[in-house]
Amino acid sequence: MSILDVNNLAKVIESDLVLQNINLTLQDSEILCLLGPSGCGKTTLLRLICGLETPDSGNILYEGRDIKPVDPHLRNFGMMFQEFALFPHKNVFENVVFGLRVKNWQESEIRKRAEAVLALVGLTELSQRNVNELSGGERQRVALARSLAPQPRLLLLDEPMGSLDRVLRERLLTDLQRILKQIRITTIFVTHDHNEAFAIADRIAVFNAGQIEQIDRPQDLYKKPANRFVASFLGFQNLISGTVSAAGGIETPLGIAHLQQSVPEAGKKVTLLIRPEAAHLYDLSTTTVPGELLVTAQIKDIRFQGTEYRLSVRTESGECLVVNLPNDIQAPEAGQQVRLGLKESAMSVIEA
Amino acid sequence: MPDGNWALASLRKLFTSGYYARTLWFTFWQAAVSTVLTLVLALPGAYVVSHYQFPGKKLLQAFATVPFVLPTVVVATAFQALLGSRGMINVLLQKLFGFSEGPLQINHSVLLVLLAHVFFNYTVILRIVGGFWARLDPSIAEAARVLGASSVRVFFKVTLPLLKPAILASTLLVFIFCFSSFGVILILGGPRLATIEVEIYRQAVHLFNLPMAAALSLIQIVFILLMMWVYTALQRKQVVTLGPAAGSGVQVPVRSLKDRLWVGGNVMLIMLLVGTPLFGLVLRSFLSETGLSLVFYKALFENTVQSIFYVPPLEAVLYSCGFALVTLLFSVVIGLLAAQFLSLSKGRLSALFDPIFMLPLSTSAVTLGFGFIIALDRPPLNLRTSLILVPLAHTLVAFPFVVRSVLPALRSIPQSLKESASLLGASPFRVWWAVELPIIGRSLIVGAVFAFTISLGEFGATVFVARPQTPTMPLAIYRFLGQPGAMNYGQAMAMSSLLMLVTASGFLLLEKLRVEGQGEF
Repeated sequence: MSILDVNNLAKVIESDLVLQNINLTLQDSEILCLLGPSGCGKTTLLRLICGLETPDSGNILYEGRDIKPVDPHLRNFGMMFQEFALFPHKNVFENVVFGLRVKNWQESEIRKRAEAVLALVGLTELSQRNVNELSGGERQRVALARSLAPQPRLLLLDEPMGSLDRVLRERLLTDLQRILKQIRITTIFVTHDHNEAFAIADRIAVFNAGQIEQIDRPQDLYKKPANRFVASFLGFQNLISGTVSAAGGIETPLGIAHLQQSVPEAGKKVTLLIRPEAAHLYDLSTTTVPGELLVTAQIKDIRFQGTEYRLSVRTESGECLVVNLPNDIQAPEAGQQVRLGLKESAMSVIEA
Repeated sequence: MPDGNWALASLRKLFTSGYYARTLWFTFWQAAVSTVLTLVLALPGAYVVSHYQFPGKKLLQAFATVPFVLPTVVVATAFQALLGSRGMINVLLQKLFGFSEGPLQINHSVLLVLLAHVFFNYTVILRIVGGFWARLDPSIAEAARVLGASSVRVFFKVTLPLLKPAILASTLLVFIFCFSSFGVILILGGPRLATIEVEIYRQAVHLFNLPMAAALSLIQIVFILLMMWVYTALQRKQVVTLGPAAGSGVQVPVRSLKDRLWVGGNVMLIMLLVGTPLFGLVLRSFLSETGLSLVFYKALFENTVQSIFYVPPLEAVLYSCGFALVTLLFSVVIGLLAAQFLSLSKGRLSALFDPIFMLPLSTSAVTLGFGFIIALDRPPLNLRTSLILVPLAHTLVAFPFVVRSVLPALRSIPQSLKESASLLGASPFRVWWAVELPIIGRSLIVGAVFAFTISLGEFGATVFVARPQTPTMPLAIYRFLGQPGAMNYGQAMAMSSLLMLVTASGFLLLEKLRVEGQGEF
């Protein structure tokens, strides 16, 4: 049964339509990611859900009941703010127990709960520390502990990794994943980084200019982005314009690709997405490989990235592609002519 | 003091005589009550200006600040004009109900003093707390809200503790101002009310009891330095808690009924508090026996000798402008030198001299004036009868303002800019002239206008150092008020209105010139 239903939500801020036609459902203990560029309305949606803003139309149901009349402090949702919003006049412990104090918990219960959440995020030793003396990663974990302490029915995370550096981000992401799995809490997670979204989400909603472009499981999103915006936001660079041929192939400047998946009717303009892992390197004498589209290309740039080589190439037809090759090959040099096979199973057709 | 025993003796008298204890006590409690009143009235205003966006907000804030830059004499006169026994309200009541004399007799009462102090200092709390509040990250309060705190609880548990440094700093500042209040008490308080500051003046000028005046000055200095020290400590704390990451809150337009009540109520309060005394002053200056007329203004510029003390008002205007110009020149030169010195000297030296340059700001004007006549009345520097004494005293009061406005601009000039200019072949003077001066130019003008308006309105120090034959406008107003007759009263109003016009336009010019976020006031 769905826990949260968002129906036709719209929000206007200073005569700007920042959200429109938002429809979402969230299952119990599901982790939903809102993914999109900054300023696309993700944060506004979180603020609408927790009651800090009121929608201009549409409604939000929690367990089937409209929560519009419920004040934010009575909703019992947890929210972690972008810059963490820790209370600068309170120490770590007092920050964490604030939500328990205002709900008039017993002092002994407060201590117990505080110990539990501080242990969960691994901050037991720092409980008496001034929050202004904490590192970025520690602040993030205090914020998480504070929002988890009152056992919220729903957890909202607004770019929880946003202000951290990359190495720290990767480590904390693993921690966050573990904690969310451990306590099985229904979560909405806002981010602009698709890697974060893929790492944590059960489903991802891709936002663009106040609307949801696509909601899907990460693997489905990756395999079949709904449109060019979603594809490029997920980091895909090889988007080639084409047309559906009478035989059901996709005619592109690179050649005709025959895809396993269903394609639109003949004559329609489409975009062919070639994922970077599609490429194989062949001898210049190779002419056909089953299931692959062969192209001749000149290497503009080649970079060793550890687990793979990343190549930027220009095909004979003038298209620029970025592809990956395994790290155990005899690497070609920049300027060299190569023959690349592009696996048709690593391509998708998306709307033009 | 030449003889230490003297001072000790008068100090003892200070504590044994009931009169001085009462003066001390009055100084304290009137300052405390004025401060609390100001805080209670201004805190809602601070909320409104920090949280709402509405048309005319900037203008309203500038308007609320006008009283603060007005000379104390003008403020006191404005309140007389509104609520005094010959004030607007009484004139109106007399006209309407035929009373033989004004029914409202709060002249020379504490109430009038408190009101004037609120009028004067409202903007201090509005600016400091409002500015701090606007920079508080709104998500902190929102986080508390989502965690389950009601909005009342959020205010008391989160917002108020966070505002504490700003509230403490601003109330302390207001307290210091009220503690050393001079012109307001002297004019509105009448003969029976005296703060330490007024008592210093009376002891020195009326009773010629210089040792007692000196002892009182010492007490005053100790108190004020103590409070200034606490104030600067609080100010440092304010910076620490906010940190460089302090965001800017979101200001929302006025939408709901609640918003309208908040904003409307506070706008009304400001208009009432600030507008009516100023309006009363101007109106009263045009109101003669025969109705609206320019008779008082004309009298200011007519040379009608009435007594041997009499100095034509026009001369007071000329003296004021002359003194103000000289003060401007002195302050700019000294202020610029001091600021250059502070910006070039590093670490300890600058940390030592920075507060020393600020010292005149934290000492009261009467104490300064008193110090001047004690220090400069014997050779080699016998300036007591010299005309230069007044602008010198004014410069001491005004040059810290020049330093404060120029220093941030000077410090913002990257070293590389000057270095590249000199590598391009500019001599040190050329670098200063062609690079530094244009960059700090605006701030320098701000400081100069500040110095000019301060000199125009200065009363506490001037009352000591000015010769009877060379009064300034505030002194002339004070004299007019002290003489009987409708003509003198009307001329006091007229001259106050003129002075208000000049200082208020000086201030509005400053507001326009001031680079947002630069300079320290």
